[in-house]
Amino acid sequence: MKTLVFVEFEAGKVKKSALEAICFGRQIAAGPVAVVAAAPAGTDFAPLGAYGVDQVLHIADPGFDMPEAQPLATALAQAASQLGADAILLPKTSLTDATAPRLAAKLGAAVASNVMAIVDATPGNFTVKRSVFTGKAFAQTRLAGGKVVLTIKKNSIDVAEGNASAVSVETFAPSIPASDHAVKRISVEKATGQVLLPDAEIVVSGGRGMKGPENWGLIQDLADALGAATGCSKPVSDMDWRPHHEHVGQTGIKVSPNLYIAVGISGAIQHVAGINSSKVIVAINKDPEAPIFKVADYGIVGDAFEVLPKLTAAVKNLN
Amino acid sequence: MKILVCITHVPDTVSKITFSDNNTRLNPAGIQFIIGPYDDYALARAVEIKEANGAQVTVLNVGKADTEPTIRKALAIGADDAVRIDVEPQDAFQVARLIADYVKANPFDLVLMGRESIDYNGGLVHGLVGELLGWPSVSPVMKLDLNGTTATMAKEVEGGKEYVELTLPFVAGCQEPIAEWKIPNMRGIMSARTKPLQVLADTGAALSSEVTSFDLPPAKSAVKIIPSDAAEQLINLLHTEAKVI
Ligand SMILES: Cc1cc2nc3c(=O)[nH]c(=O)nc-3n(C[C@H](O)[C@H](O)[C@H](O)COP(=O)(O)OP(=O)(O)OC[C@H]3O[C@@H](n4cnc5c(N)ncnc54)[C@H](O)[C@@H]3O)c2cc1C
Ligand SMILES: Nc1ncnc2c1ncn2[C@@H]1O[C@H](COP(=O)(O)O)[C@@H](O)[C@H]1O
Repeated sequence: MKTLVFVEFEAGKVKKSALEAICFGRQIAAGPVAVVAAAPAGTDFAPLGAYGVDQVLHIADPGFDMPEAQPLATALAQAASQLGADAILLPKTSLTDATAPRLAAKLGAAVASNVMAIVDATPGNFTVKRSVFTGKAFAQTRLAGGKVVLTIKKNSIDVAEGNASAVSVETFAPSIPASDHAVKRISVEKATGQVLLPDAEIVVSGGRGMKGPENWGLIQDLADALGAATGCSKPVSDMDWRPHHEHVGQTGIKVSPNLYIAVGISGAIQHVAGINSSKVIVAINKDPEAPIFKVADYGIVGDAFEVLPKLTAAVKNLN
Repeated sequence: MKILVCITHVPDTVSKITFSDNNTRLNPAGIQFIIGPYDDYALARAVEIKEANGAQVTVLNVGKADTEPTIRKALAIGADDAVRIDVEPQDAFQVARLIADYVKANPFDLVLMGRESIDYNGGLVHGLVGELLGWPSVSPVMKLDLNGTTATMAKEVEGGKEYVELTLPFVAGCQEPIAEWKIPNMRGIMSARTKPLQVLADTGAALSSEVTSFDLPPAKSAVKIIPSDAAEQLINLLHTEAKVI
């Protein structure tokens, strides 16, 4: 199958989630992977060659730096038909969640989201493993027909280089009908200068046990020492101690970092639903019976206010 | 103003999930079924809009007869009438085609859904319905205000929020804090019994995917407890043993 991967760049660097999707792409087609990149003019695409990418369709239109789902779905559908691609892979983000179904409907492709593994890439028997029941189970799902659209769950594969190839870059100018601009952006409020929670390799998260927003410096210090993002439990964002976009769990963000540190979080099942695909979970809680210890790999039974400064100091010593 | 709210009938979030029939079906034994939590936000917002501006709120579920108590609960919360399309939902495309066909035959100004179902976790049906109807679709929506036929919405983007504007009709996938969940009161529960619930037959929407088997994650090994007076040991273990820092 000919495979197309949607790649996003940030600050001139390809996002790790895009490299993960490229590695999945190599499992579908032994041949190199073509990529559509929404990236500013002058972006260096050569490093993608190391991962087996030989062709880049570059959308240079600045309107695509932060596209809405509808124009992006149209652009990717046009790229797929221009290249004859029949497997389109997108790293799972809030943008691609909204884009993938529209793209699939345009292409008449079967669609699967939250894909963790490709079980069988044989056309006609194309089967993926998905995370379902909010992380409590997995489903092997067979996709009918000749075309597939997949969103790839973050941190599901170790990024590895492939057969290196030279990258040919072609500017790609999709033609977007006016009706695709029905959703008009008014403004954006984005946290800047921080590690973003959905992308983070390490997350330090605080719960009601932190007692109040004035104590978040302790969470932030450990996060800064680790280069981590900060998160929180739902009551913490409900009480406005922290912004909503930091709320982790079933009704918030689902994270899959290498390391999740839960501080003063009891481990309610709805919170665990957002963290259960983390590689390693650490719990710090003064109650030895707290349910978080049932899902944690490492734990400290103790007072967060005493433990956190020690951990931060130890991380600094390590560095 | 006519609002359609699409609801799922899913295991309560605290349910223990097991499978039957050679791991091909959810085992419903001992499971309490609820309105999908995100669908519940969509419903709550629809009822708020009705209370503020006046609207007819219809709930729709694609499911077999066992979903009717969940549909009645949505009526008790404040929907005016309900539709059940009598099909076992198996695939996002199948569900989306059934919903889109229903909306083509029965016009609505606004279709609200949850950002995702908590069983299938697809987050796909709203985008598919939008594309099948040729309508815009927006998800995940955290705030939705209507002024005539213009809507202003806040939607979640990585690390923040984006405010957008668009005109009716459209499809929105909702999440908190768009509204507060509503708990049915006694009057709602009584009136829900007599509100119309129409059952429609399968129109034969094809499946584009099929679950061949479910499995459960391997059991977690026991937690390793580090004494609190030697907290720094944890950092060494994370560095040398777990190799995550
Ligand atoms: C439908 C539904 C959806 C939900 N979705 C979510 C969701 O997405 N995310 C989410 O997080 N919750 C969610 N919840 C809420 C969830 O059920 C819990 O209420 C919530 O996760 C509890 O938050 P917490 O652990 O911060 O607080 P608590 O349960 O109050 O726990 C605080 C913990 O801190 C510990 N502690 C106290 N002081 C200290 C100290 N000095 N040092 C160390 N530890 C200390 C305590 O021992 C306790 O374990 C949802 C609930 C429902 C019904
Ligand atoms: N069987 C169904 N009946 C009615 N609405 C549904 C059904 N399945 C999904 N939906 C709607 O589509 C949204 C997204 O579902 P999903 O794509 O399965 O994550 C849900 O939150 C519901 O609003």
